[in-house]
Amino acid sequence: MSNAVSALQGSTYDGVVRVEEIGLQGMITLRADLGEKPIATALKSVCGTKMPGQRGIESKGDISALWMSPDELMLLCPYDAANDVAAKLTTKLAKTHALVVNVSDARASFRLQGAGLREVIAKLAPVDMAPDQFGIGEVRRTRFAQAAAAFWLTDDETAQIFCFRSVAPYMFNLLSTVSRPGTEVGYF
Amino acid sequence: MSTRLATGGRLTDRDIQVKFTFNGKHFRGFAGDTLASALLANDQMVMGRSFKYHRPRGPVASGAEEPNALVNLGKGVHHEPNQRATTTELFDGLAATSQNHWPSLEFDIGAINSQLSRFLPAGFYYKMFIHPRPLWKHVYEPFIRQSAGLGRAPHAETRDPDTYEHFYAFTDVLVVGGGVAGLQAAKAAALSGAKVLLIEQTAHWGGRAPVDGGEIDGMTPEAWVDQTLAELAAMDNVHLRTRCMGAGVYDHGYVLGYERLTDHAPAKDTPRHRLWRIRAKQVITATGAIERPLSFAGNDIPGVMLASAIRDYVVNYGVSLGDRTVVVTNNDDAYRTALLLKSVGLDVPAIIDARPEGGGDLMQEAIAQGIRVEKGRAIGKVKGSKRVTGVTLCSQAGEGGLLDEIACDAVAMSGGWSPVVHLWSHCGGKLTWDDEQAFFRPDLDKAPISHDGAPFVTCAGAANGHIHLSHTLQDADTAGQSAAQAAGFKPKKSQAPQATAQDEAPLVPIWLMPQGAGYGLRSKAWLDYQNDVKVSDVQLAAQEGFESVEHAKRYTTLGMATDQGKLSNINGLATLSHALGEDIPQVGTTTFRPPYTPISMGAIAGEARGEVFQPIRQTPMHDWHAENGAYWEPVGHWRRPYCFQQSGESVEQAVHREVMATRDSLGLLDASTLGKIIVKGPDAGRFLDMLYTNMMSTLKPGKCRYGLMSTENGFLTDDGVVARIDEDTWLCHTTTGGADRIHAHMEEWLQTEWWDWKVWTVNVTEQYAQIAVVGPNARKLLEKLGGMDVSADALPFMGWADGELGGFPCRVYRISFSGELSYEIAVPASLGRAFWDRLREDGAEWNATPYGTEALHIMRAEKGFIMIGDETDGTVIPQDLGLDWAISKKKDDYLGKRAQERSHMTDPDRWKLVGLETLDGSVLPDGAYAIASGKNANGQRNTQGRVTSTYHSPTLNKGIAMGLVLHGPDRMGEVIEFNTTAGGTVKAKIVSPIFYDPDGEKQNV
Amino acid sequence: MLTLQCPYCGVMAEETELHAGGEAHLTRYGPGSEDQDFESYLFKRENPKGVHFERWRHVNGCGKWFHAARCTVTLEVFGTYPAQTTEPPQDIKDTITAKRPGWSLRNLT
Repeated sequence: MSNAVSALQGSTYDGVVRVEEIGLQGMITLRADLGEKPIATALKSVCGTKMPGQRGIESKGDISALWMSPDELMLLCPYDAANDVAAKLTTKLAKTHALVVNVSDARASFRLQGAGLREVIAKLAPVDMAPDQFGIGEVRRTRFAQAAAAFWLTDDETAQIFCFRSVAPYMFNLLSTVSRPGTEVGYF
Repeated sequence: MSTRLATGGRLTDRDIQVKFTFNGKHFRGFAGDTLASALLANDQMVMGRSFKYHRPRGPVASGAEEPNALVNLGKGVHHEPNQRATTTELFDGLAATSQNHWPSLEFDIGAINSQLSRFLPAGFYYKMFIHPRPLWKHVYEPFIRQSAGLGRAPHAETRDPDTYEHFYAFTDVLVVGGGVAGLQAAKAAALSGAKVLLIEQTAHWGGRAPVDGGEIDGMTPEAWVDQTLAELAAMDNVHLRTRCMGAGVYDHGYVLGYERLTDHAPAKDTPRHRLWRIRAKQVITATGAIERPLSFAGNDIPGVMLASAIRDYVVNYGVSLGDRTVVVTNNDDAYRTALLLKSVGLDVPAIIDARPEGGGDLMQEAIAQGIRVEKGRAIGKVKGSKRVTGVTLCSQAGEGGLLDEIACDAVAMSGGWSPVVHLWSHCGGKLTWDDEQAFFRPDLDKAPISHDGAPFVTCAGAANGHIHLSHTLQDADTAGQSAAQAAGFKPKKSQAPQATAQDEAPLVPIWLMPQGAGYGLRSKAWLDYQNDVKVSDVQLAAQEGFESVEHAKRYTTLGMATDQGKLSNINGLATLSHALGEDIPQVGTTTFRPPYTPISMGAIAGEARGEVFQPIRQTPMHDWHAENGAYWEPVGHWRRPYCFQQSGESVEQAVHREVMATRDSLGLLDASTLGKIIVKGPDAGRFLDMLYTNMMSTLKPGKCRYGLMSTENGFLTDDGVVARIDEDTWLCHTTTGGADRIHAHMEEWLQTEWWDWKVWTVNVTEQYAQIAVVGPNARKLLEKLGGMDVSADALPFMGWADGELGGFPCRVYRISFSGELSYEIAVPASLGRAFWDRLREDGAEWNATPYGTEALHIMRAEKGFIMIGDETDGTVIPQDLGLDWAISKKKDDYLGKRAQERSHMTDPDRWKLVGLETLDGSVLPDGAYAIASGKNANGQRNTQGRVTSTYHSPTLNKGIAMGLVLHGPDRMGEVIEFNTTAGGTVKAKIVSPIFYDPDGEKQNV
Repeated sequence: MLTLQCPYCGVMAEETELHAGGEAHLTRYGPGSEDQDFESYLFKRENPKGVHFERWRHVNGCGKWFHAARCTVTLEVFGTYPAQTTEPPQDIKDTITAKRPGWSLRNLT
């Protein structure tokens, strides 16, 4: 859809880290008992990924499966593919007690880039961001100041965050505020 | 006079001059000075006035415990009151003013209180201002408010230009305090491999040791500090932080650190303060000890200072308090001050030692230096007013009979030391009284415990009662090792540093000087300097029956000032225990509460200010609203347009226009904020039947049904339209404020009560932008957009359908909250703005008018639809609102059903919903009560109803209202009276709540 | 500010990620129940000094409700466990008994 726009249409801020709203992101919520075999089978056949473990992420190509809780996955895919992926999953899981919903429009996604990202996150979230405590590929649902959010690191200098779409301006301003130049902590 | 010595000052750099002002007068200091040391160097001894008696006061200490030298710091938006001069690092351009005096520091009218002190004893305010009662409001209170407070509060309109932030830090071991004990404890812990965070409140490492002297591993303390610091800095698992105070210790290893980043360098473009929210597995408090004053008459006169503080000013800043310093003590440590002063060429006319036998080696050294030592003696009183001029000498055992007068311009006093046990105590650590050293020390067997039931705080060095350097380091080493072990690490066996310092003879506790001091002396012997509490006040409190230390504290205000009694605590409770004839441990201490010293409100707020003060939720159409005159209404965290003001239009006019345009032709409402929750599964129907008062399992796919939700105690909590999507999927709409709450409510019941039911929920509120297209021309607009069939046959009232309109994928609900022909259309949020624009543009030919929440409210009230939060307030059940039609009689159970059967809920006298129309057409005041005859048990007028919603109806051009009235539905046509805000009453007729189109012909076309 | 480990996602969560939900292991009384039972279910809550069982939700996290066995005096946490149970698991009760011999709450010992 040509006139679909993300909440902040790619706003960026350059400070201690680069803050970037990453635009439209396909997202699908899968509610099901993740321990059930048909769920893993459907995930494998539609998305190509394994079932992630607790707080884990499994990726294949441009699809990632994020563990949200023992009965919830968040699937990331290209925005335009979301309806299709959701429909395929729904079909595969027709005989299983599961709920698949395209929630791509319900959220805003951000990317943090830079060596200081652990500190930037540690200013907002009550999470131990030490490299030996929070590794690449772990997804953490928490709060960023006063807004619920989930985040993970894709490499040492890149983090991805999502929150509800309605608080996208708050999240962007928040991330920008705490990454102003001169606010480095030097803890990690 | 106080002055800068020719040499010395280990913390100052004499090559860098720093200019500053005090009360507008220009002064110079050196880099590294504190404001207090720089003022003393300029012979500015008096720095403020005391709280109650307005006595002139100079600093009595050199650090965080300072009660006297509080100043207003900074100008304009940077102004901040009650800043301690002793901990304020000097910088170029610093501007300070003194507090609590009028017209000037030197001449203060309020000082008359000091002359009246005999008439202003403890509890004076409580006793004096209680009668006559009417005088309180207009005379006493304004007077007391005027004279209360120390510093000047910032102007209400000032906005702090500085920024602040929080930082979540996790560590294995946190060490609070960077003196020699903290450094050694950190090192011992870090050698095990544990992560160690060491924080120090000042800008310097080493604490008192470099001033007090001694030897550590054959080095001066200063050299040892440098070496240890270098070792720590080289360890990857250690993080060091100066200017970061341990403010409070809380549950489960939570500690707040208060870092001051720019207070010493205002030009730096970084946050001013950073609040460290530390979670530590183990906490070591190495917070040192604070010297106690002695209680003798005139111990508050400028020039009387703690003996250790006088050493600090000489050694750290090269500043002397006076030329002739009398030392008064009950211990050996104060002799160090005498010896130091002598060594820099200053006069010590006498050391007055209250101990009959005097001291040990240090005393011998002083005698050898030719200093006069008076054993078993005391200060009778200090002479002078704004400055010490001398002291009288008397026998400690007597009542103050004059033995001699000694001229001097400074007095160094020492009543012994008290470990800083604040942080240990914050989270429940208990204390034990050490009789030998006369102080409370941590009882390590009663430590604060963490989530696992194991202790998480330990103490090191002087804070643990090991005051003498030779024990301090050994204790710190042990503390560091045991903390590392408790944090799950294996400590390395190491040798604690060998420290030596001169042996000291035992102190003798002295709580009043002289022991038999009469009232005249006791009423000039200060305990709490800042709040002006004297020995006589605490004794009076005891005499009047305040036996508990907590009560005596509040009665006398002892320890309640900004310094929280750091100097006065032990002396005060010793005085109380003597007055009560009890032992000190029996009387106990008051509670130590965080923060250790005051921290800024900015640090507590952190980044949460301005645009990130609070999340403001925005719909996809928010920007359009903002650009088109939206007058905002906060609804939960959402901002919704109350109305859209066009130029020159009042809010009322805008609302009127929006209602009329919608009723006449076409209105558009951004309804995106309404909650939308998908509920799916084989048990979803059963689940929804439990959640809603009415039946949802019988709803046919493709259809919508209005539903009510009650809480388990029967009260109406939310409402909305439920659509059945397919055989086992429903979509539940909630109120704007209810989405998160209702979703949580669903999950709570599914997870904690009916966990075997097969139901999944997903909150899809924000997935959709939802727009209500409302009015007689609504269908024409949708037909113009083209796409799906929206005719009455294809999409009847209370139906829904998926399809496309104008190329937009959408789901259309044929529901109405206005009484008009109405479609609520959901499109993906990313297309929301585009769809909104399209509707406005294509609707222009029917004057498509965006409307806000007030028009929405008015139109629903005209139709008699209830609104959660207006007609409900947490005490209203659906039956009160005449909604019995939406309460299933067939269901055995639903949440709230049992509660609605309780006798009070079925009482026929519950107030019920009706419509109300004023006889004169005016608008009833919101929330007004209908009056009834007679009075209730409290002598208040009886009532028989209240207004729940009230508006001017543009459609009917008169006031309309809904309200809950006693037997209301049975009293149609009756006129009752409501109170008005102006004081009179207004008459209103009870009518049906449906004012407009009662047969629903308009919505059902 | 206490910390509890969420038994679902494994996170050691601080209180700001959590939402307290009152006493755990209540029995619901619905239509047809005696007034006294219903009153007790709806309103009567234990407020013990010592061992307590509470409901918590990891609201700023995985969203799951769980139970915590806790000492209200010392804030010691004896354990957390999933909410899908009508009484504390035996291992939790054993832990409590080891640390607080003779404890009891309502009909639990």
